[in-house]
Amino acid sequence: METLPRVGLESIQLRRLRKLVARVYKTVEPYRRKMDAAGIKPEDIQTLADLQKLPFTYKDDLRDNYPFGLFTVPMEDVVRIHASSGTTGKPTVVGYTKKDIDTWANLMARALSCAGAHKGDMVHNAYGYGLFTGGLGAHYGAERLGAAVIPVSGGNTKRQITIMQDFGSTVLLSTPSYALNLADAMEAMGVDPASLSLRVGIFGAEPWSESMREEVEKKLNIKAVDIYGLSEVIGPGVAMECLQTLGGMHIFEDHFLAEIIDPETGEVLPPGEKGELVFTTLTKEAFPVIRYRTKDISRLFYEPCACGRTLVRMEKVTGRTDDMLIIRGVNVFPSQIEHVLVGIEGVEPHYQIVVEREGNLDTMQVRVEVSEEIFSDEIRVLENLARKIQVEIKDLLGVTCSVKLVEPKTIQRSEGKAQRVIDNRKI
Amino acid sequence: MRVEQIAVFLENKSGRLAEITAILADNGINIRALSVADTADFGILRLIVDKVELAKTVLKENGFTVGKTNVLAVEVADRTGGLAAVLKCIEVAGLNVEYMYAFVNKTGQNAVLIFRFEEMDKAIESLQKGGFTILSGEQICAL
Repeated sequence: METLPRVGLESIQLRRLRKLVARVYKTVEPYRRKMDAAGIKPEDIQTLADLQKLPFTYKDDLRDNYPFGLFTVPMEDVVRIHASSGTTGKPTVVGYTKKDIDTWANLMARALSCAGAHKGDMVHNAYGYGLFTGGLGAHYGAERLGAAVIPVSGGNTKRQITIMQDFGSTVLLSTPSYALNLADAMEAMGVDPASLSLRVGIFGAEPWSESMREEVEKKLNIKAVDIYGLSEVIGPGVAMECLQTLGGMHIFEDHFLAEIIDPETGEVLPPGEKGELVFTTLTKEAFPVIRYRTKDISRLFYEPCACGRTLVRMEKVTGRTDDMLIIRGVNVFPSQIEHVLVGIEGVEPHYQIVVEREGNLDTMQVRVEVSEEIFSDEIRVLENLARKIQVEIKDLLGVTCSVKLVEPKTIQRSEGKAQRVIDNRKI
Repeated sequence: MRVEQIAVFLENKSGRLAEITAILADNGINIRALSVADTADFGILRLIVDKVELAKTVLKENGFTVGKTNVLAVEVADRTGGLAAVLKCIEVAGLNVEYMYAFVNKTGQNAVLIFRFEEMDKAIESLQKGGFTILSGEQICAL
């Protein structure tokens, strides 16, 4: 399936898409209402390009139909519920049938296999278990692959390291910020990462930069690969980078249709252009989505990959349409700030961006933790460092910010996603 | 000839200094001299203590960024012109002082000046030639 010629793949996609649209139109009232309002009937979907005629689905649609309003099967067929954290409002709830769980396990097994994992591996799953899809999604996939899973979940970092030592974990699954957390803890405990059996880390659930990849690889002595997924689409296992090229993540297109659109106009952009990623699920039963707006910013590449997979590749997510800060008219992504920081010798990628509005002017402060490598007993040295960061950010983004050096570990490292941006502007 | 000094990074937040001194006290570490250098945003606490390695370890364990540097301790008589004489010697030698601080010892007879120079060897040589007493770490702790 993964090396199928595009023509064959596209014919499978079209068949599945038509079936899905017909089913969703028939069974889910909110979808039907939207399609009727747009003047689209399921029969109008004749080619894959006709997908563009369908209305988008937004996170707000999920919230408006909280909790189960967009499910397409009777509740008795649902065997699993997951939900987002709901930090910015009502949580979004998703459901799975038995077959969905099976599909998901297969996808996640394929993803693990992209990273070179196999039967006999000891998979250290540090994604959170619970309503969050990360933990259980990865768990089922690793079992499907035939690997042994250690369901450590997040937290209790010291114990995680002991387990890595004693059980011989070979594959690590976690958020990239937690991986750095583990590296810090190893250093504090005097554990040499080279003495562990860890070979590869599969990192996702938050945006991370190429420079952070290098940092993790160096500190943990592993290969770091990127995984992509979101609960609204299925969870982890939507797309996965292959170990061979490390050049973007293969989207499992036999199950998901991807588009890149202009987030302002909603127009579909040609391959290679940067925009918002939009997904349509092709095979999900309980909770399919049509043209779901992920708010993730990426690009799609259709060029063949050295690994032989014909599946389209998505670029590492470089930001979020809602993560993007507009500071005095300039678009700023936290990943750009991170890129600057990691480029400066000794600076840890632990940072936070605080945005305020003073009068009519936006101000951006970048808080950077002072590590032992960059610390000096001389004020001048630290002031020069802060100035250097400021200048490099100005050079890259064209925005003047203030840099505040802070004590180590004062920027909250959640066991899950790191909070990179605090926007205190009341707009 | 050189005295080990530890430096701690401080954000300008209330209570941090109290926290550090409490940690040192709990571990039976005696502070011989200290100075705080600060800017609008952060400060650097510089300390001369009797148990340097222990102080460094316990502060690190408590999450502080700690560095260790060598400084020079010069003893001068506690009278008018004592500091001026030392600084004159430094000036003549063309040495650059990164920072300095001072304290008066218990007897009140002598003052101890703590200097951080860019060129430490040259500083030691010049001060010795000038007839000044340079104290060792042990001597400072014994004061």
